[in-house]
Amino acid sequence: MNVLAFAEERGGKFKKSSLETIRAGRRLADALGGEFAALVAGSGVAAAAPGLGRYGAGRVIVVDDPKLAQHSNTAIARIIAEVARTEGATMVFLPASQMGKDVAPRVAIKLGAGLAADCIALRIDGNDVIATRPVFAGKGLLDVRITTPVKVFTLRPNIFDAAEEGADARVEARTVPLDPADTVTIVKEVKVAAGRPDVTEADIIVSGGRGMKGPEHFALIERLADALGAGVGASRAVVDAGWRPHDEQVGQTGKTVSPSLYIACGISGAVQHLAGMSSSKFIVAINRDKDAPIFQIADYGIVGDVFEVLPALTEELKKTGK
Amino acid sequence: MKVVVCINHVPDTETKIRVASDGTAIDRAGVNFMMSPYDEIAVEEGLRIRDKFKGDVTVVSLGTDANKETLRKALAMGADRAVLLRDDGVRDSYATASGLAAEIKGLTPDVVLFGRQSIDYDDAQVGTLVAELLSLPSVAVVVKLDIKEDGSVVCEREIEGGHEVVHTKLPAAFLAQKGLNDPRYPSLKGIMAAKSKPIEERPAAPAEVRVQTLALRKPPAKNPGRIIGTDASAVKELVRLLHEEAKII
Ligand SMILES: Cc1cc2nc3c(=O)[nH]c(=O)nc-3n(C[C@H](O)[C@H](O)[C@H](O)COP(=O)(O)OP(=O)(O)OC[C@H]3O[C@@H](n4cnc5c(N)ncnc54)[C@H](O)[C@@H]3O)c2cc1C
Ligand SMILES: Nc1ncnc2c1ncn2[C@@H]1O[C@H](COP(=O)(O)O)[C@@H](O)[C@H]1O
Repeated sequence: MNVLAFAEERGGKFKKSSLETIRAGRRLADALGGEFAALVAGSGVAAAAPGLGRYGAGRVIVVDDPKLAQHSNTAIARIIAEVARTEGATMVFLPASQMGKDVAPRVAIKLGAGLAADCIALRIDGNDVIATRPVFAGKGLLDVRITTPVKVFTLRPNIFDAAEEGADARVEARTVPLDPADTVTIVKEVKVAAGRPDVTEADIIVSGGRGMKGPEHFALIERLADALGAGVGASRAVVDAGWRPHDEQVGQTGKTVSPSLYIACGISGAVQHLAGMSSSKFIVAINRDKDAPIFQIADYGIVGDVFEVLPALTEELKKTGK
Repeated sequence: MKVVVCINHVPDTETKIRVASDGTAIDRAGVNFMMSPYDEIAVEEGLRIRDKFKGDVTVVSLGTDANKETLRKALAMGADRAVLLRDDGVRDSYATASGLAAEIKGLTPDVVLFGRQSIDYDDAQVGTLVAELLSLPSVAVVVKLDIKEDGSVVCEREIEGGHEVVHTKLPAAFLAQKGLNDPRYPSLKGIMAAKSKPIEERPAAPAEVRVQTLALRKPPAKNPGRIIGTDASAVKELVRLLHEEAKII
């Protein structure tokens, strides 16, 4: 019952979702009495690998190949599947990040494995694992069991914890030969949006809706977000109106988020919006209408005008030093 | 240019989830179904590619008779052919992808389009599974797609906090994300024309189910929260609660 977890590296750093994945995989391996290894693949990635030990990796397999200088989903999938095979891994974990979601289906096919995507809980059942995944944008939860001998899981970011434990890992270099066909698709350039964290990764999100009245007033949202180190989200109404870019849209046809804190400002709380954010740990709603459905799921509500409450909240946070 | 678009028929976004008596699926009674929103974007992109390069667009849906409604809508938007791969049974994403791949293989398309994910089971697997089964390149979560005359492709996909510029070559699969285009509404003419276009039907190729559903449940209900104030004077208390009770800041 060996477990392999893939760690996504970007710019010499591992994403938090990968650290969560390693820790969850390691715990499962320990509980089931199996061996655990983490896998890192890329160009010039060896230096950062030992540090994964602090998240429970113990052993890290590194595939460092200049051919991977430009990321390719097919090449990474080939490498993960090859390493899983040589390690005799029966469970393979990846973060449900955009990269993880892009390669996991290919890994699953190569290994003849079933894939449980975007899991939020893993429960041991005898020698097996039962995974829970949200469906209908969080309006339902599905308990699933993978029936193939090898199983692939992707884990939703921000759900599993990534606390530090353990020391530096043992690192083993590995080569996996690549086919020219494996690198037909390559990432030529990464355009990084400046500043705030993406809503799918942010620990705190400040989100604005039509109650903000116009794109220029999102400065109030941004100031509060910056005071909290938060990401900025939006309802579909304001994205459709062109006030905010669509990559900020939260909801059933936008992004599904599960931050520690979600602050909804001038958002009514339509079912499609709630679907994308109801799994947030704490929800604050600021809305003029005391009957707005958003108050049904908010932990703390202020029935008030965003144009008064938002500046006051930003001030108060600055004053109290957070 | 031969384009295939895979489209799924899903409960509309207003649907309140009720669990059916078998405990593993939703109760479909009284639920309205529609084309999955990302699949509309995929259909729109397919039509634009056809109009630019000439060729045709085939839409394929795997499921029951009910899926014809979604196929009909795609025809009304302007698709040339529609295929229903019939299966009244239960399929997971792998089994769905296998059925679609078997059909698509015979169609030898240059471009295969999918939605980024279905909004029912939110699996975001089927497009990439099909691509891998057919040994095709794929780009997921595409917000810009530029196909050149020589079959080379430059596209942009969304990742956390930015975009990737991805290069690939046809034949290839693309998974549409919101922002790629604004899907058209079917015109009255399109709706009338769709009525006379046939929907081809054949049984979906059988395939093994690899992920078994044990139970569908509703998430635990949240306790209603409290209103802590009705104006800006409440922010002091809010910050205190976030600090001391929620322990977030
Ligand atoms: C197929 C489909 C998919 C959808 N997907 C999504 C999705 O992914 N995400 C999403 O968000 N929506 C989605 N929607 C849209 C959804 O149904 C709602 O229309 C949308 O969420 C409403 O946005 P809103 O809350 O910003 O606007 P409104 O519903 O107009 O709410 C504005 C709120 O602001 C409050 N307000 C006004 N002025 C002030 C003020 N000065 N101070 C404080 N409060 C004020 C009002 O009381 C009101 O509650 C979808 C709809 C469909 C049909
Ligand atoms: N039953 C189906 N018939 C046709 N296409 C489908 C079906 N299920 C999924 N798809 C396609 O695969 C995409 C991703 O679906 P999923 O993996 O279920 O999230 C959808 O947006 C559709 O393009």
